[in-house]
Amino acid sequence: MELNGGSVVAMIGKDCVAIASDLRLGNQQVGIASNFDKVFPVNDKLYYGLPGLATDVYTLREHLRFRVNMYRMKEEREITPKTFTHLLSSTLYEKRFGPFFIEPVVAGLTTPTPLDPNPKPYISTMDTIGCITTPKDFAVAGTAADKLYGVAEGLWEPDLEPEDLFETISQTLLNAVDRDALSGWGAVVHIITHDKVITRTLRARMD
Amino acid sequence: MVAKAVETPNIGFDFSNHARNQFLGQRLQGVPKATSTGTTIVGVIFGGGDSGEEPGVCLGADTRATGGPIVADKNCEKIHYLTPQIRCCGAGTAADTEFVTNLISSNLELHALSQGRPARVVTAMTMLKQYLFRYQGHVGAHLVLGGVDVTGPQLFTVHAHGSTDKLPYVTMGSGSLAAMAVFESSFRENMKKEEAIALVARAIRSGIFNDLGSGSNVDVAVITKNGTEQLRNYEMPNERGIKSRNYKFRRGTTAWTKEAVRSLVVSEEIKSTSGAGKDQGGVEVKAVPTGAGAGGEEGMEIDS
Amino acid sequence: MALYSNAPASYADHTSAPIEHRFNPYSDNGGSILAIAGKDFSVIAGDTRQSEGYNIQTRYARKVWQLTDKAVLATNGFAADGNNFVKRVKQRLEWYEHAHHKPMGLKSIARMIQTMLYAKRFFPYYVYNILGGIEEDGSGAVYSFDPVGSYEREACRAAGAAQSLIQPFLDNQIYFKNQTPETGSEPFIPGNLPLSTVLSLVVDSFTSATERHIEVGDGMEIYVVMNKGRTTDDLLDKKKLGPGMEVEELGALGEGGGERTFLVRAALKRD
Repeated sequence: MELNGGSVVAMIGKDCVAIASDLRLGNQQVGIASNFDKVFPVNDKLYYGLPGLATDVYTLREHLRFRVNMYRMKEEREITPKTFTHLLSSTLYEKRFGPFFIEPVVAGLTTPTPLDPNPKPYISTMDTIGCITTPKDFAVAGTAADKLYGVAEGLWEPDLEPEDLFETISQTLLNAVDRDALSGWGAVVHIITHDKVITRTLRARMD
Repeated sequence: MVAKAVETPNIGFDFSNHARNQFLGQRLQGVPKATSTGTTIVGVIFGGGDSGEEPGVCLGADTRATGGPIVADKNCEKIHYLTPQIRCCGAGTAADTEFVTNLISSNLELHALSQGRPARVVTAMTMLKQYLFRYQGHVGAHLVLGGVDVTGPQLFTVHAHGSTDKLPYVTMGSGSLAAMAVFESSFRENMKKEEAIALVARAIRSGIFNDLGSGSNVDVAVITKNGTEQLRNYEMPNERGIKSRNYKFRRGTTAWTKEAVRSLVVSEEIKSTSGAGKDQGGVEVKAVPTGAGAGGEEGMEIDS
Repeated sequence: MALYSNAPASYADHTSAPIEHRFNPYSDNGGSILAIAGKDFSVIAGDTRQSEGYNIQTRYARKVWQLTDKAVLATNGFAADGNNFVKRVKQRLEWYEHAHHKPMGLKSIARMIQTMLYAKRFFPYYVYNILGGIEEDGSGAVYSFDPVGSYEREACRAAGAAQSLIQPFLDNQIYFKNQTPETGSEPFIPGNLPLSTVLSLVVDSFTSATERHIEVGDGMEIYVVMNKGRTTDDLLDKKKLGPGMEVEELGALGEGGGERTFLVRAALKRD
């Protein structure tokens, strides 16, 4: 965790979700890169963030890409956020005694189906060995997790519209990573709604 | 098979990162700690005797999950399903309690199917202790197991190393002393169902308020011969009040440098550009003989 | 293999080497404190829970102390050290008053606290201090210290178990960090917030910390020090206080220079 640094936060709004991360890659206290993305798309309405050990970010991302592609071919449909969370969870628990140093955060919208015509916006987070929590408000992970908990607990409000959710998640992330030595160096936010995904790179402190 | 060629086909845990992590753990400030449920979980047996009440088991749990001194989940579920008539409360490493109970639940279902009768609570207890003993306490699941089977109500505790106890009232987790204090002063044999639920709730509340590792809400499960009642969030004594300010920001507060919008296909409208009998603006309709082309005739049959 | 050149600690022979037991004179009693300076007032607050490990030692332990008519000190960390440190600070303040026939000024108290802390550089008081009050020029001030006496005057500061949760929130709401003002409007100026806003932020900081930190809770005490001649309407108006909050005015300790100190109490969750 503390080798490379980095943090991710996700929040629920009114018929939308948002997920954001910083862009730092470090070697302990030394900054290496300010363009290290930690949030990746699974499909149109499902994103996940992998803060933690950078080598495991790549390993896990490729592993998940393979598993999701297999799912897509076998099932001939897109994976839902909930199913993806359980896929990720069992992938992590498989390595119970030699874990990936990653605390994933998942955020997505479920496409309505006849069985579930009104799905709720979905976020979830896990510890390094895959214990799932599915909050109704926000999920945080990474080296600035404590700070993110504090700020998010103060700033988050229920039923925010996409543009208001953007402000809240951005302010939460920026102020938290500014107090963390191992996170920061730029930030990126994704707001996922039913008709579009907005990705914005924030203006942030670069120290 | 593609999956086998790329992935390890082995069943069970994968230790491939273990040596690397030991090395990293020495270099850095230790390996990251997993979410633990510093918990209060309890169970009591009630009914039977001259109470005139169906004998049963009542289980209880708080709903706080912690990572160090930080609350990771304010309302998690610690009463896990094993079979329709057996439940299991978990304390210790959160992921372990979750996956162990899931695994044993699957095996109990297979067992019931192969034997043609519902599994007994002792069977669940034996499967759990044998699994946990095999891992010498490294699978950190501390459990309270309760249920009703053909032999009547059964209540056990299972420790992470594989030892078990069979008692009429039990507590586990970091709040076990606070909860046991309540049981030791107020437990009676052959209580009524309502008395048992009230006692369990009081024991959990004692853990919630006096143990820092436990908190938030009270979950209760009541199991009798007639079925299982899941009383999720039976009591909620710790709801957060409304904040004194509204923290919604003015739009445009956050400065950003780059934007990319990915518009998604929301709805599809299918317009046919050829074909007979379709009224299309700007297209001159020509008469086509019926059944001449695909879709030319309504209710066309394929297997005629 | 290089990785295995040292045997893991778990295989170490516990019988050959004697097991050393050492007395550890320190302990951590949790809790959190914070202070915010205004234009002509200062707010110093702390929760009232004292804990050790997973046990609550008491639900009401004082962490915030009135020193003079214009100085309030909050202590956090090891409670025994905190209580003793406050006792000695008060003693030094009394000696000063006997010698000089006037109470010590805020910035002098701050400098004295530094020397008192640094005097124990190699066996420190395991305490984080925040001093708040009214400066000689009538402005609100906050001084924050580390356990060995490094200090600084600031507009706001959080310390203790939930420092990492509260401080970035305060950066955002008090210093307006990362907020851009509306185009064409005045830039944000920190330290100009009205008392009612500051009080709400203090309360919300503590309720948020209580939600997410297990060592914070039970209750809070908020001390408000006001400069002389300042209106008290915004504090004593019952409608402006949240439900279950109580205000009480603390009488003058010295001759009474006109500064007024109020104590606001509020409940926090007890789980």
